[in-house]
Amino acid sequence: MKQTLISIVKRKISPMFNKVLLFCAAVFLVGGLAAPLQAGGIKVAAVFETPIEEPWVNQIHVALLQAKKEMGIEYTWSESVKSADFARIMRDYAEKGYQLITGDSFGAERIARRVARDYPQVSFVFGSGIGPAEPNFGVFDNWIHEPAYLSGMIAGKMTKTNILGVVAAMPIPEVNRLSNAFCSGAKEVNKNVRCKFSFIGSFFDPPKAKEAALAQIEAGADVLYAERFGVIEACKEKGVLAISNMSDQSSLGPDTVITGPVWDMWPTIKHVVTLVKAGVPTAQDFGGFSYMGKGGSYLAPYHNWDSKLPASVKAMVEKRKAEMLDGTFRADIDESAPKSD
Amino acid sequence: MEEIISQIFQVGFFTAIIRIATPFVFATIGELFAERSGVLNLGIEGIMMFGAMTGFSTAYFTSSLWLGILAAMLTGMLMAALMGFLTVSLGLSQHVSGIGITMLSTGFAFFFYRIIFGQPSTLPNIKAFTPVGIPVLKDIPWIGPVLFEQTTLTYLAFAVVPLAAFLLYKTPWGLNLRTVGENPHAADSAGVSVSAMRYQGLIISGALMGIAGAYLVMVQFNAFTFGVISGRGWICIALVVFGQWGPWKSAAGALLFAMIDALQLRLQASSIIDLPYQIFLMMPFVRAMMAVEMRAPAALLIPFRKEER
Repeated sequence: MKQTLISIVKRKISPMFNKVLLFCAAVFLVGGLAAPLQAGGIKVAAVFETPIEEPWVNQIHVALLQAKKEMGIEYTWSESVKSADFARIMRDYAEKGYQLITGDSFGAERIARRVARDYPQVSFVFGSGIGPAEPNFGVFDNWIHEPAYLSGMIAGKMTKTNILGVVAAMPIPEVNRLSNAFCSGAKEVNKNVRCKFSFIGSFFDPPKAKEAALAQIEAGADVLYAERFGVIEACKEKGVLAISNMSDQSSLGPDTVITGPVWDMWPTIKHVVTLVKAGVPTAQDFGGFSYMGKGGSYLAPYHNWDSKLPASVKAMVEKRKAEMLDGTFRADIDESAPKSD
Repeated sequence: MEEIISQIFQVGFFTAIIRIATPFVFATIGELFAERSGVLNLGIEGIMMFGAMTGFSTAYFTSSLWLGILAAMLTGMLMAALMGFLTVSLGLSQHVSGIGITMLSTGFAFFFYRIIFGQPSTLPNIKAFTPVGIPVLKDIPWIGPVLFEQTTLTYLAFAVVPLAAFLLYKTPWGLNLRTVGENPHAADSAGVSVSAMRYQGLIISGALMGIAGAYLVMVQFNAFTFGVISGRGWICIALVVFGQWGPWKSAAGALLFAMIDALQLRLQASSIIDLPYQIFLMMPFVRAMMAVEMRAPAALLIPFRKEER
């Protein structure tokens, strides 16, 4: 019995195994030949702490894919890298000759900086809440408080109950400044507005975000800022309005989502890749490239709401937007933890 | 203050409690079956995640929500059977095996989701379960909308509790299961197969955990995301302790936990009590830790080897 089993294994498996080996060899060969053809492009790697679906991370990923298409970079990435593996994965890419390593380092801030010091010839540019470090650690962040402010103005005009809701992940500076900007935009155009803030204590828990949104709707909120996934679904269910976040999410509820701040990482990535290609050091804060003026953030298109939004509201937003772009109006940056009114 | 009081006495608050409690009831009763047979199933967190993933994918491709639930159940049973192989057949450490199953299942969920859906720029979604009102009963003022305008899965969850109580305490099968958890040697000499009972306890636990995971992505939301379980499985482990290994008390614990959760969401949205919301999230755990009379099944965590004393 044993004998036959082994012979079956030998007969059936080993030719298959050989084929797999041959295939692998072929892939390596083709890969090896193809690589020199891409000269001119640089090798870029991204290390993300969360799955690629996380809205924040996804915006970086999308911009890098665009850079792959338009700037000819070679791009690969690792997702869901926990703090314990962060250094290993970063070093791995650095050793393999990647010239630019990017990603988000919020949970592994110190680790990322320590690794960067060991590879001075590699550029590290990470999403970070703190500053850049010489000689090679640059930072960027989602500075999209300007369109968040504009969305707030729309919400302030559209609310009938004068109660606005914000459902967000947790009170960290990146989240706080958007929430505060949203609320102050609303208060600028409507003095009677009260803002409610709920934190779900997690970046990825749509059922909980939905429950938090339902609780706010029960308390009278009729325009909600959906900082996290799950809120738009609650608004759709209860027939109230929503402001999306990070990307254009109108497709989730064309009649529910009016608009929302969009973060576009393309200007940042384009600038960084250009610098690295030219051999320029990148230990600086690229946050400015996420401002509206640089095209790094904007208000999502109105889609269905283009015809439904009152002309006066649209004109008001356009005026404020123009002032922001001209530099004559600055949306305040308030990173303190917001409290419900 | 008036604002929060008026909110707490709203129908929506109680509806939310039942809605939030449902997955906890399923998974807690599941965990209870495993623990009463003497196996601590720490695979719960991962099994819920994997069940959520297969349930969602099946529903996505077949457009049948119930097939999704079935797939989630089967997934849970499969992973629980693997847990049984490690802890019952091989007699390995239940802690290590359980954590291993959680990591493996989470990894599987991640891996297969990527293979099936790739890296979508927008989350693929399904049409979720909608509440089904029970005729006549749903018209009872106040109680009607709270209890009788929920989804079918919620009704099932609350049917599972008396069913579990009946099975455990009123049937010979339940007696065998409990005896295996208390004194496997006695059960063995009475001709009860300890390993068969433990496998059964585990497989039931896996099925219920799978449904609990699927509920989160098919009722409370309409898409699968990786963090969707967010520690709910671990909470169920605490709820079993809180419920002193009894189905009614465990279900009551799930309701209490859901109430605290629904309450903290409402307190956050008002500005009355200025306490960090984490305090509220902590409360059921504190109660679980303070349970003085730990009435855990005597043979919990102890592998059974037939010819060993």
